[in-house]
Amino acid sequence: MPRRGGGIGRRRRWAAHCGCRLVAVLLLMVALPIGLRAADDPFVDIAAANFDQVARGVQELAVSGSPRAVPVIKALRDGRLFAWRWPRPDAPLYIRSGEGFVDARTGAKTAAPAPANLRRVIVNDAVRAALDTAGGALDLYAKSAAARLKAANALFQSADPGALPLIERALATERDAAIRSVLQEARAAALLKSGTGTDAERLAAVHEIAARGDLPARNLLSSLQGEPPAVAAVIGGAIHDIDGRLQLWGLAENVYYGLSLGAVLLLAATGLAITFGVMGVINMAHGEMVMIGAYTTFVVQRLIAAFAPALDNMGLLLAVPAAFLVAGALGVVIERTLIRFLYGRPLETLLATWGLSLVLQQAVRSIFGPTNQDVSSPPWMSGAISLGGLTLTINRLWIILFAALVLAALMALLRWGGLGRSIRAVTQNRRMAAVMGIRTPLIDALTFGLGSGIAGMAGVALSQIDNVSPNLGQSYIIDSFLVVVLGGVGNLWGTLVAAMSLGVVDKFVEPFEGAVLAKILVLIFLILFIQRRPQGLFPLKGRAAEA
Amino acid sequence: MQIDRQTSATIGCVIGGAALLAGFNLFAPAASAAHLPDFVVSLAGKYLCYAILALAVDLVWGYVGILTLGHAAFFALGGYAMGMYLMREIGARGVYANPVLPDFMIFIGWNKLPWYWYGFNHFWFAAIMVMLVPGTLAWVFGWFAFRSRVSGVYFSIMTQALTYALLLAFFRNDMGFGGNNGMTDFKDILGFPLNHENTSVGLMLISAAVLSAALLLARQLTGSRFGRVLVAVRDAEARTRFLGYRPESYKLTVWVISAVIAGIGGALYVPQVGIINPSEFSPGNSIEAVIWVAVGGRGTLIGAILGAFVVNLGKTWLTNALPEVWLFVFGGLFILVTLFLPRGIIGLFSLRRRPAAERRSAAAEAAAREVAG
Repeated sequence: MPRRGGGIGRRRRWAAHCGCRLVAVLLLMVALPIGLRAADDPFVDIAAANFDQVARGVQELAVSGSPRAVPVIKALRDGRLFAWRWPRPDAPLYIRSGEGFVDARTGAKTAAPAPANLRRVIVNDAVRAALDTAGGALDLYAKSAAARLKAANALFQSADPGALPLIERALATERDAAIRSVLQEARAAALLKSGTGTDAERLAAVHEIAARGDLPARNLLSSLQGEPPAVAAVIGGAIHDIDGRLQLWGLAENVYYGLSLGAVLLLAATGLAITFGVMGVINMAHGEMVMIGAYTTFVVQRLIAAFAPALDNMGLLLAVPAAFLVAGALGVVIERTLIRFLYGRPLETLLATWGLSLVLQQAVRSIFGPTNQDVSSPPWMSGAISLGGLTLTINRLWIILFAALVLAALMALLRWGGLGRSIRAVTQNRRMAAVMGIRTPLIDALTFGLGSGIAGMAGVALSQIDNVSPNLGQSYIIDSFLVVVLGGVGNLWGTLVAAMSLGVVDKFVEPFEGAVLAKILVLIFLILFIQRRPQGLFPLKGRAAEA
Repeated sequence: MQIDRQTSATIGCVIGGAALLAGFNLFAPAASAAHLPDFVVSLAGKYLCYAILALAVDLVWGYVGILTLGHAAFFALGGYAMGMYLMREIGARGVYANPVLPDFMIFIGWNKLPWYWYGFNHFWFAAIMVMLVPGTLAWVFGWFAFRSRVSGVYFSIMTQALTYALLLAFFRNDMGFGGNNGMTDFKDILGFPLNHENTSVGLMLISAAVLSAALLLARQLTGSRFGRVLVAVRDAEARTRFLGYRPESYKLTVWVISAVIAGIGGALYVPQVGIINPSEFSPGNSIEAVIWVAVGGRGTLIGAILGAFVVNLGKTWLTNALPEVWLFVFGGLFILVTLFLPRGIIGLFSLRRRPAAERRSAAAEAAAREVAG
């Protein structure tokens, strides 16, 4: 501040100077005892200028169970906590929320103090560490058991020896058995990491952690160095056990993924098998039907978002019949305009449908663009279930269910429906069926439509686990072919068995050899399998089948 | 050796055309309008190699009735064999200046040449491998397949699976074949520098010569008694078997010969385009080869050559002029050819001739009946 006028005189200035110093000393005399006393009030500690004191205050506040603890700690972390610039006995603390200020102790809105009087409470590493532990510690006393469990697990993961008193204090008050056991594991972890304790204590701690038996436990155990031989031996054994258990769970997980892949293959290949069985044509544009089903899902979701946002959750359920109809209609059109003229020439049909697939891909690319489109999952399909060491994602579970439903519906249709009977008749002996009065061209068209419709529904399922792009069909077409070749066309059971086996075998070999080699091995296996059973697992029998 | 008129006309066109291109490129002064730019020569060479592949496909499809959707695998295998020779030829002139190891091996940290690369520094070895590797693969695959009487659509799918498996395998970087980048940066072949225009002209002329030789071989094969049995196998396999022939052996023989021809085509292709990578194995390439034959006219070897040139010329022109339209045209080509041109372009010409002959014979018959009363 510039000195006002040089004329006051040096004497006056000297007096003012002494006076200021006196006031400062007096203030210090008052403030010092306050600061030196390890304050019972954690707020006072936090308002102090000393970092260690702030850290201590944070710790105290965290374990105090005060309802203001969470907002204050959060504000401190966000840099919104302000203290008075000079020490004051009442150590006011303010939290800036939005535009106004809130008193830290009471949470009530207060008038904004002058900015010159405020000092932001800043953090250093010590304070930050205290904040992190405090965050976990606060949750230890949270109301909901889930939050407490999460905090206990976090303490186990961090295995911080400094958190031992915290854990002890929480154990003293915790009643829930599950949370108690996790707290005990956390205590054991902290003990082991601290490097102190007798051999017996450390051994007990190792047993505690080994009993937990999951991946973080294993990582903790393998990170321990320099243990006495007795303890080291137990650690080695425990790691071995955990590894064995994890491997088993890994195997189960592979089976699950294999089943879900098989379900997708089943949906994609069933339509192909039906078409091939009835008409003897391999439809190379089948993958594009799947792709069109996926794009239908995208369009349906966009339409719902634009016109009926209330139906957002039902989007996928509406997309299933929509995809069936769109792809099915397209299939009927293709059959009437293209396949019909190539009747009896399966190899030419193969070529023509390949050309069609190129045209369809380019058409979709021109309309929607070549990049991936965003298809969202409804909330009831998100998340995962934990079974022991296994994590099962729910969307795959739904896909397996969906594939099973579609297959069951199809089998019912083929067994009991009028159309199904006609389809089976034409599959077994086309000429005889025609002689018996079945209109084979109509059945051809409807079968192609049915097969394409099922492919469309497969596209709906695929849109949930894969990218929706014009090339979506290409990735599944060869696998679908292999399913048809392996399973034969006589029976839907063949398609089911082939799809599931291919999916599971693929996923099993994957962790050992990698995805690419897995595919190569599957292909080689198939080539050799075809030697033994050239017509697949469930071939059509009878003289007419040979023709 | 009897050469029919069509074959000799085709060979004349091919060799004559190649010679003309060479002449206009080498001897016309660079500034004049008659000078053909170098890229036309390499393009022509590429088309000639594609025509060799198409010929190979027509041999099995047109004459034995096996629709192969994986012939590009043999083409690519021959190409890789040549590529390995060319890589060894680089010697110490590569980026990492290692006289023995190609650049990509040093890049992935290998310090020893794998055993399957030994010998590729000799041209004669590479030339043998160009024929041996596709031939052996074809023999093994064909023996298994034909013995179990896998045919028709199942066989086509298995050939597609085969080429897809090879595609995946060659994409792996630790296979030692260049991984997803393939092999490139070739310097010279048999001492001739690859970026010199004389070498490209020479390669094109050699491709033309090989195409003609392959056409002659195929004609001999199909025009002989062997060829008749092939057609019998194509049209009525069971009957041929009951007459005492063994269709499996005939199929296998033609399959292997066709694979070797495709391999040679691939080997000539690589020095002219300067790169070989795993995408040559893609199923789409094989299906493209089939459409060349379908457009040209299958079952007539010259149709395959014609189709290869026509479709590839169209592709080059369209992808330059109207790229978004190309895939529509290409896909439409498949549909149109199978629906309306089952005999291809060659079929168009012979169809036009037949009605005139039929008309004449019908008139003669009518006249004879009148005379007879």
